[in-house]
Amino acid sequence: MTTRTFDPGAEAARATDAILHDTLHGTHRGVVVDSPPGAGKSTLVVRAALELADAGRSLMVVAQTNAQVDDLVLRLAEKNPELPVGRLHSSDADPYDKALDALANVRKSAKAGDLTGLPVVISTAAKWGHVKVDEPWAHAIVDEAYQMRSDALLAVAGLFERALFVGDPGQLDPFAIVGSEQWAGLSYDPSASAVTTLLAHNPELPQHRLPVSWRLPASAAPLVSDAFYPYTPFRSGTDHGDRRLTFGVPSDGSGPDRVIDAAAESGWGLLELPARHTPRTDPEAVRAVATVVRRLLDRGGAATSERSPDPAPLTADRIAVGTAHRDQAAAVRAALADLGVMDVTVDTANRLQGREYDVTVVLHPLSGRPDATAFHLETGRLCVLASRHRHACVVVCRAGVSELLDDYPSTEPVQLGTLVKFPDGWEANHAVLARLAEHRVAWRP
Amino acid sequence: MSLITTLARLEAVRTGRAQPAATVLHRHLSDHPLVLVPLTTAGEAGAPLGALVGTDRDAPHLLVVPQPRDRDLRFAFLAELADIVLPYVDGYAESVEAAERNETDPETGKRVKVEVELCADAPQLILPSRAGVDFVRLLGRSMRFRRTAEQDPETPYPAPPRVPLLGRWLTHFGERARVPGSSLLLAMTDVLGRHWSTGQSTLEDQHLGALLAWIDPPQGRSGADAALEAELARDAHGQLLHPPAGPATDPAFDNKLLAPALLRYDRARTALAAAEDGLEADDRLGALTAAEQEIRALVASRTRPTWDAVWRGIDLLRTLPEGAHAEERWTRDRWSFTSHRDRVVAGEPPQPRRDDAVTAANKLAAREREQARLEAQEALDDPLVMAGRRLAGEAFAGEVTDVVMTYSEGKRPSPRPLVTVRTDDRPHLGERAKGYRALGGKPQSAEFVGYEEEGALVVLKILDKMGRGKEPETGSVPEKGDRVCFTLFEHEQRGGAKLPDPEDTPWTHGGPPGEAVQETADPLTPEDVL
Repeated sequence: MTTRTFDPGAEAARATDAILHDTLHGTHRGVVVDSPPGAGKSTLVVRAALELADAGRSLMVVAQTNAQVDDLVLRLAEKNPELPVGRLHSSDADPYDKALDALANVRKSAKAGDLTGLPVVISTAAKWGHVKVDEPWAHAIVDEAYQMRSDALLAVAGLFERALFVGDPGQLDPFAIVGSEQWAGLSYDPSASAVTTLLAHNPELPQHRLPVSWRLPASAAPLVSDAFYPYTPFRSGTDHGDRRLTFGVPSDGSGPDRVIDAAAESGWGLLELPARHTPRTDPEAVRAVATVVRRLLDRGGAATSERSPDPAPLTADRIAVGTAHRDQAAAVRAALADLGVMDVTVDTANRLQGREYDVTVVLHPLSGRPDATAFHLETGRLCVLASRHRHACVVVCRAGVSELLDDYPSTEPVQLGTLVKFPDGWEANHAVLARLAEHRVAWRP
Repeated sequence: MSLITTLARLEAVRTGRAQPAATVLHRHLSDHPLVLVPLTTAGEAGAPLGALVGTDRDAPHLLVVPQPRDRDLRFAFLAELADIVLPYVDGYAESVEAAERNETDPETGKRVKVEVELCADAPQLILPSRAGVDFVRLLGRSMRFRRTAEQDPETPYPAPPRVPLLGRWLTHFGERARVPGSSLLLAMTDVLGRHWSTGQSTLEDQHLGALLAWIDPPQGRSGADAALEAELARDAHGQLLHPPAGPATDPAFDNKLLAPALLRYDRARTALAAAEDGLEADDRLGALTAAEQEIRALVASRTRPTWDAVWRGIDLLRTLPEGAHAEERWTRDRWSFTSHRDRVVAGEPPQPRRDDAVTAANKLAAREREQARLEAQEALDDPLVMAGRRLAGEAFAGEVTDVVMTYSEGKRPSPRPLVTVRTDDRPHLGERAKGYRALGGKPQSAEFVGYEEEGALVVLKILDKMGRGKEPETGSVPEKGDRVCFTLFEHEQRGGAKLPDPEDTPWTHGGPPGEAVQETADPLTPEDVL
């Protein structure tokens, strides 16, 4: 049938080898790796960390959130339980995941001095910013470097000699809660991403790219790649038919059930509610999201994938709901609780970055809005929401978003000296909507 | 826009009057502010046309540039402005009080307390609108690198003596205005817009006349009507009845009135230069003076309504009592003023055109901290602002219905009372979310334990501020029947990361910026010379 000229495993291995070679034996002070969603970024970080530790280089790892730090520590311990790892944490209550207490080789402290001499020390950028040392670390790995702000890198860059920067350029840019136009166009604009500043000052650094997304199914990778990474395309590691989502309970013919079937079949589903201007926490849309989740659980879903020959049941922990705002997430949580659903992750795009689920249900950022602000149009927000799933993504949205987009073309002022980001949110939103429209289920609750 | 602002704007539309958005004044208002109403020349960036300036609402100084493209006249205008602004600023530089500041001892590297001076009060500039504030920055930038004949005898166009210093001060005011909650330099439209919600968009609120029309409409008229008139009404000659607050002028004014007057002035000047004898020169000087008077009258007619509007705005703001934390923020303005005074006295060079990497990062971090602090303080100072946060699920208020004493586990059990609050609010409380309430000016933190009666009751565990003993200190734990208000946001801000010194800028940010070079004024272009 199809001849496969593209071998994802070999392509990914080639890219990884080149990255590790530059990191361990290169002459440059920095190496930058762009990684699309689910391309094995964490695996790469863990592998690079182990190889650097093996080579006897003192290593510090900078991640952006405590959850990411704990996750990395757990993964490192899983790969090499013998490796002594330092977890530098804040002095707040419950500063780290309790699961770390079970690991014998992980030393935890709020003081960097307690962890000196350990081959690997891991912490957040915020915590590293308070650390002072006389002798810098030989090497650093900066994870999620595109979500790190330039000023955060400024605070920690004196701690290491060389560094590997890993991140996803398509996700949400870092933001500042006050205006920073004053510095727009400066190479070290403190509100820009760490990688932007790094490359502006060190354009000769080697840049690599992971070419294969292992998370996104074959139905999603082309859309996400075209819409959000037009100049750095990537492929799905699996083919059509490698993954299947089936349900034991047949559809009852309602909108939520039909959109679930559409998404199971094609990877995408759009549940379209009648056009209307609503407050952010649109009660109908919120209820629709909750109903879709309830039905996903009730219908006995089973996911078949390359990971195991047997279907895995679609349980609450394999489903996530994504929203643009925190109050929307809170409203969805309340609606889910009303329907008796617990343990389904509901969060904003910012907090879902780097996470992975079988099925995601997304409340479209522009649903019910009378205007399209820069916040709601931000490419990264939609990209995060549309790229968290291994099997299917259901989007709940009010009708009329295309018209809204046409009424509000991007009008952000162009700043001299800044890199214009492509694609802009307007274009990316249209691309995603056009694809979703093919799997549209109109529903009046 | 928050839900409560949307509601207030809807209500303003329905009632025809702006609705209060605050019950107290959230910015410090000086007893003697300096009001500045500048006008600029259309098509000439940074070429002032004139200004009304002063501290006495009944006697403003009128400054006019009869030919804005003439460098000498522009300098004369700036020198006059300096003669008004600098004595006002200097008036605050001398009266000081003793204060303490933490500094790093250069020898030991330890943090030590140092006795320093802090100016007892600070100057305050009030501009009509945000565009006016930008104009102040522009003026500052255009002046601070100029050289006077005294500084540099070789400089081709020496600036009048005090002009570069005025540029440095205006730059400082403009930069400080970017700090949230600061009051050294205020835009009247911003301050009024903070305290009242009108029935128009925030963009329309930038028109001072329209904004005042909503807040304080003429007897018997709706705000919408009055605002529309303020924006659009013209007289029989096509001139706006309420000239815009500037610094940009109305094109009809530029074309019909200003351009012909400038032309007459230019002709009179050329004629004077061509005069062949004293008698002729006398006559022509009279004509020139008349032409200049005409331009002065035009500028006065376009700035005076705005001048009066700014003072009306000040009157309206003074009807509100000052918020509890405004004084504390003003103290930081005084620190800012004092430190710039010291830099000027120490003979430091003017502020550079561009911040270096470390300065930029420090400024951004400081402003973000101030923004978070401002939002928290405004809510704590003002029940109406807190109501907005409660409506947004970021705070809740209610009555304490039950207090149960529990203790922490461990060697020395500390009190951890469980407090049940009955509330109609719907806070977004996640698992083990933190809540804070103000207790004697300090935040007391609590942890969310759970809901009872389907969300009508919130159970919290108080965590701190109860003293060291086994029993909590009196008054440190709410009692049954108390009204309490908990916020989900923190009241105080933590300090950020310590950044390296500029000379230690790391390789990722381009390395050290190198020796500071003496920056020069913008180079001369043919357009600069008439």
